[in-house]
Amino acid sequence: MSSTALFLAVFLACAVEAVEALTIVLAAGTAREWRSALTGVGAGLAVLAVTVAVLGPAVSSLPLSGLRLFVGGLLLVFGLQWLRKAILRASGHKALHDETLIFAKQLAAAEDAPAERRPLVGDWYAFTLSFKGVVLEGLEVVFIALTFGSNQHDLPVASIAAVAAVVVVTAAGLAIRAPLARVPENTLKLIVGVMLTSFGAFWGAEGAGAHWPESDGALLAIVPGVAVFALLLIAGLRRMRETATVPVPATAGASL
Amino acid sequence: MIAKRAKAFGAFVYDFVIGDDWVVAAGVVVALALIYVLAHHGYHGVWWLTLAAPAVLLPFSLWRAIRKH
Repeated sequence: MSSTALFLAVFLACAVEAVEALTIVLAAGTAREWRSALTGVGAGLAVLAVTVAVLGPAVSSLPLSGLRLFVGGLLLVFGLQWLRKAILRASGHKALHDETLIFAKQLAAAEDAPAERRPLVGDWYAFTLSFKGVVLEGLEVVFIALTFGSNQHDLPVASIAAVAAVVVVTAAGLAIRAPLARVPENTLKLIVGVMLTSFGAFWGAEGAGAHWPESDGALLAIVPGVAVFALLLIAGLRRMRETATVPVPATAGASL
Repeated sequence: MIAKRAKAFGAFVYDFVIGDDWVVAAGVVVALALIYVLAHHGYHGVWWLTLAAPAVLLPFSLWRAIRKH
C-alpha cells in the first residue's frame, strides 16, 4: 500500500466524520453559546489525542501477524458496516444523510433544552453536545488512522491525513457558516467502505496465515473487485425497489 | 449509577464494534478463525475465504435490513 493510498483512505474517512461532527458543533454554537461549544470541541479533541497516545504505541507493539489478524478483522467489520449503509442509501432503501435536516433537528433540540452552568463551562448543553459529537464521530477515525498507519509503519502519514481532513472541513464550515450539505457523503462512505473491506480482507487473511497470490499485488485486484461488487449490489437493489414500487397493471381477466 | 454507566459503555462498545448487524461481525470472526486453523494445518491457499466472507455476508446483511423495514 503506497503512502498515497494510505493518505487517501484516512483523509476520506476522516472528512466524512468531520462533516458530521461539524453539523453538531454548528448547531450547538448557533443555538446556544459558541464559547461552550468550542470548549466541548477542545475537550473532545483532547480525549481523541489521549486515545491516540495510549493506543498508538500499544497497537504498534503487537507482532505483525497478530496485528494484521486483529486489524484486518476490525477493518473488515467496519468496512462492511460502511458499505452496508452506503449501499442501502444509494439504492433508496434508506434515507440519505441530510446534513441540513440534521442541523435543523439539532438546532430545535438545542433551543428547547434548559440552560445549566457548570464550573468553567457557561452552557453545559452546548459543551456536552459538541464534546459528544467530536468524540463519537472521531473515535472511528482514530481507529482507522491507527490501524492503517501502524500496519504500514507510517503513522505520521495517517496522522497528517486525519488532521488535514479536519482542517479542510473546518475551514469550509467557517467559510460558509453552514452545514456542508453539498459534500457527497454517501459516495465518500462507499469509497471508504470499499477501501476498509479490501484492506481488511487482505490483512486479515495474511495475519491468519494465508498466502495471497502475487502478495501485495493482490490488492490491485481486490480493491476494484470489491468496488464492482458493491456497485452491482446497488444496481440490483435499485431494480428490486423499482419493481416493488411499480403498480402491477390490472389485466382484463382479473375482474375478481 | 455505576451499573447504569457500565451498561451505557457496553452499549456504546457494542454499537461501535458490532454495529447494526451482529451477523456481519460474527461471520468475519468465523471466516478468519477458519483461515487461521486451515493455514496452520498447511493449507496456505485459503486466502479466498476472506473474500468469500464479504461476498456472502454483505448481501445477507442487506437482505436482513430491507426485510426489517
